[in-house]
Amino acid sequence: MPKVKIDGFEIEVPDGTTILQAARMIGGDIVPPAMCYYSSLKGSGSKCRTCMVKVTKGSDKDPRPMPKLVTSCQTMVMDGMEVANTSSEEVLKARAGVVEFLLLNHPLDCPICDQAGECHLQDLAYEHGASGTRYEFERRTFEKIDIGPYIKLHMTRCILCYRCVYVANQLTENRVHGILNRGDHAEISTFIEKAIDNEFSGNMIDVCPVGALTDRTFRFKSRVWFLNPMDAHRDCPTCSGNAVVWMYGNEIFRVTGRKDQYGEVHEFICNTCRFEKKAVSDWHIEGPRNIDRHSVIAQGHYGQKALTVR
Amino acid sequence: MGRKLLLEHAQVEGIRSYEVYRKQGGYRSVEKALKTMSPDGVLEEVKKSGLRGRGGAGFPTGMKWSFLAKPEGVPRYLLCNADESEPGTFKDRYLMEKIPHLLIEGMIVSSFALGANTSYIYIRGEYSWIVFILEKAIQEAYANGWLGKNILGSGYDLDLYVSPGAGAYICGEETALIESLEGKRGNPRVKPPFPAVKGLWQSPTVVNNVETIAAVVPIVNEGGDEYAKIGIGKSTGTKLISAGGNINRPGVYEIELGVPVEEFIYSDEYCGGMKNGKKLKACVPGGSSVPILPHFLINRTANGEQRLMTYESLSDGGFATGSMLGSGGFIVYDEDQCIVRNTWNFARFYRHESCGQCSPCREGTGWMEKVLWRMENGQGKMSDIDMLVDIAKKIEGNTICPLGDAAAWPVAAAIRHFREEFEWHVNEPKACMERNYGLVREPVAV
Repeated sequence: MPKVKIDGFEIEVPDGTTILQAARMIGGDIVPPAMCYYSSLKGSGSKCRTCMVKVTKGSDKDPRPMPKLVTSCQTMVMDGMEVANTSSEEVLKARAGVVEFLLLNHPLDCPICDQAGECHLQDLAYEHGASGTRYEFERRTFEKIDIGPYIKLHMTRCILCYRCVYVANQLTENRVHGILNRGDHAEISTFIEKAIDNEFSGNMIDVCPVGALTDRTFRFKSRVWFLNPMDAHRDCPTCSGNAVVWMYGNEIFRVTGRKDQYGEVHEFICNTCRFEKKAVSDWHIEGPRNIDRHSVIAQGHYGQKALTVR
Repeated sequence: MGRKLLLEHAQVEGIRSYEVYRKQGGYRSVEKALKTMSPDGVLEEVKKSGLRGRGGAGFPTGMKWSFLAKPEGVPRYLLCNADESEPGTFKDRYLMEKIPHLLIEGMIVSSFALGANTSYIYIRGEYSWIVFILEKAIQEAYANGWLGKNILGSGYDLDLYVSPGAGAYICGEETALIESLEGKRGNPRVKPPFPAVKGLWQSPTVVNNVETIAAVVPIVNEGGDEYAKIGIGKSTGTKLISAGGNINRPGVYEIELGVPVEEFIYSDEYCGGMKNGKKLKACVPGGSSVPILPHFLINRTANGEQRLMTYESLSDGGFATGSMLGSGGFIVYDEDQCIVRNTWNFARFYRHESCGQCSPCREGTGWMEKVLWRMENGQGKMSDIDMLVDIAKKIEGNTICPLGDAAAWPVAAAIRHFREEFEWHVNEPKACMERNYGLVREPVAV
């Protein structure tokens, strides 16, 4: 069991743990942000470069520091490794640079974006970004398209994290969308129009860190912070049926998977649960959902439990 | 006159065909290796020769081969990287076009040393006609018993295939090459695991440049020790240099490593001096990715030593006052050339070729290109210069594959050495347009 020290906090973790997972075991402010890594999607990670950390001591056997910053989502922990995240000026500078790059072509119009309030890029920019942009050119824009009966794609907002590609590869029967072109003109699209019609395709919306993929049955119906997220379940023949219903009064506005504090869903739900079961009678409601990452959603005064968390 | 090991018979009439190549002593190394040597014996010779990777990074080939994992029952692969797309480099094209059998001979010997029974030549899509040349040569080799089952009765089998890419620079990166060969999108993989452990179809794989593989032939023929006598220090053997730019005799030259740069540019044996007797302004010694050198650092290093065509001498002084041998794309600029325009051209190339996987490279290359384009068109600002340095710094080292570094280095180096010219572009946009394009016009808004 290797021991690793991250920003001075020591923890013993199982073999084959990555630095990011070890940091998440410690928890708190030292957890590097991750825009593309998704623990339940195999192969994801190392693309966005926001989780980069400095390894100041390689291991007990080989104490040399690593020459470059490494992506914490891919680098395995070694015994005696010492990692600097928030305590390293170099890391914070590089991360600010990455945030600047991510925001270059991303529109800065959060007030009219449906993802506002639960957007990871918004949180990231708030924590690590600059107050203004140095970019003085036209941003890359695309038309909004329907990539299936339930999902709207607004490619302009995409940060190319590839998570939806991994969802399609690993959860659905076959992938009918992918990355077209390359470089800064790369885009996510379907190979045939409106082709995404798969029982688990709705999970692409949940894994999308920004507002590029949104739920057509919910778009612009309400701001997320006006809704009360409730843990709920139902007997579903296809999926686990464990979900979160977002309610306003006695009405269910939308259904999503249960996201943990890092915005990751571990039990993926099917499209029937997500898009079709929107009556209160369809669900057994367990109680208010603990929301501690998206502080703006926790503003909803619907339960003492939510308010006492952190 | 330096020794020629690779291009010795390049000018022989009909060398492309098997009969002529065989008559010139071709396939001797296969006979020697398969009949008298063990695979480890070949590896030992390559190690002794001190051969370094000719694709750009200059990593010792023998060491790379010895890293290859050899688990029981798992096939191993040798891939030849013929995806030569670096601006300024065209040596592999010349070699494959002129003497395709040399590459095939090298592939057989190298595959034998590595224990690979299937090998691939991944060739750049734009070299479409060379695919046919290589395939014809492979057919001839099969027909004469140099490929296939039980080669020369030694019990060693080898199948060799040519696989054309679709023309992406990024597929010259070894893991992107493997992805592309597997039929996927050519995105570089995250390392580790390295290809030597998990490469093509999750099997141990070695990826080598065309010239590296071709160089194995003279090493086996003459012995590693003999090969190591050529060159200086750790830069042994001969290297193909593709010389271009404002020189009298552009082309591919085989040099013994250690030729002084000054001799290479001015001697009639090689580049033949500057065209029209103009003054030397700058030089990119190893393809577009390596830092540019200003005229006062080309012939002599910063501490006054003579600059030689070796891996060490060209990188003397680090990136502050040195460069790299790289892939050997030697580009020479005379006094009339515009460094800003040249830098923009390189930046445009990297923007176009970035795979778009990781964010610093995807967004940063596009940003640099736009800023440089604006500057070249007379709309630049003084603050842009420092901003470019800052962008380059934020890309460098923060990407999955070396393309990010390759995009950042030329921009950073051009500003480091030619800052006045960038400032002149900002201050005198009309004058620089007149020089670059020969016209007097108002700068246009971009």
